[in-house]
Amino acid sequence: MSWGSSEAFFAMGGYALYVWGSYSVAAACILTELWLLRRRRRTLERALSRRNGDRGSDRASGKT
Amino acid sequence: MRLKVWRYASPPAFYRLAGNLAPWFLGLATLLAAAGLYIGFFVAPTDFQQGESYRIIFVHVPAAWMSMFLYIVMAFWCVIGLVFNTRSSFMMALALAPTGAMFTFIALWTGALWGKPTWGTWWVWDARLTSELILLFLYIGFLSLHAAIDDTRRADRSAALLALVGVINVPIIYFSVQWWSTLHQGASVSLTRAPTMAATMLVGMLIMSLAAWMYAIGVSLLRVRTIMLERESDADWVRELKAEQL
Repeated sequence: MSWGSSEAFFAMGGYALYVWGSYSVAAACILTELWLLRRRRRTLERALSRRNGDRGSDRASGKT
Repeated sequence: MRLKVWRYASPPAFYRLAGNLAPWFLGLATLLAAAGLYIGFFVAPTDFQQGESYRIIFVHVPAAWMSMFLYIVMAFWCVIGLVFNTRSSFMMALALAPTGAMFTFIALWTGALWGKPTWGTWWVWDARLTSELILLFLYIGFLSLHAAIDDTRRADRSAALLALVGVINVPIIYFSVQWWSTLHQGASVSLTRAPTMAATMLVGMLIMSLAAWMYAIGVSLLRVRTIMLERESDADWVRELKAEQL
């Protein structure tokens, strides 16, 4: 499949809106999923390390 | 040897296994997607009926397949969870649902953008499209029901029951194009007939489907790890994890 020019490629034979509309939204969905998961993970990691850190300092200072 | 697989039903073992495997699946997904997109856009020929609009197939069909397949896998883990009472199984089901919902949305969205130039309409209330929309509601319903019940064990079991009842929708989606008259075309690929498409189109579509599959596994494994830490944050094995092991 040879497109000849990049204009021809991006024009998608007149179907640019439909083809690129499909691929861009699919890519956005995947990136959003990964971003949300990363955010959820980061929040949890911060909470856990804060807690584990507290516990560690408690133990060090003999409060437990 | 026989008991070895059960070891991974315990969250700490499964947590480590998932963490080791996830990057491989995501890396493989990236490579496969790059190859599939290359074939889809630069090797596969223009369709003689649909022109270039058919290139939506390389994202639409893999997303639609994954939307149904992930539901089956989710329901499978729900059955395992209900029968064997394994915590990890329910967590796995819960980890799959958002990815399944995302693929269902992509299938519907790309279907609408494909329907407009080929059928002249974004949407029709026919059997295939409506049952796929119901699938999206089932995923959302599963997640909502789970989120609405505070007691985790009850939430797991209730949502699992909902998922099991909803399984009936999957064969309805798949066979809808045979059972009812619909705008949607029949299956282009089936186990019993030769595919009705050019070989390079088929190869591109199958590679993209593999990419979607590997992505779904990778991202679900990452999510199940997060769910495990959230749920078992008071368990000894989580307390013993050092920051770099999280």
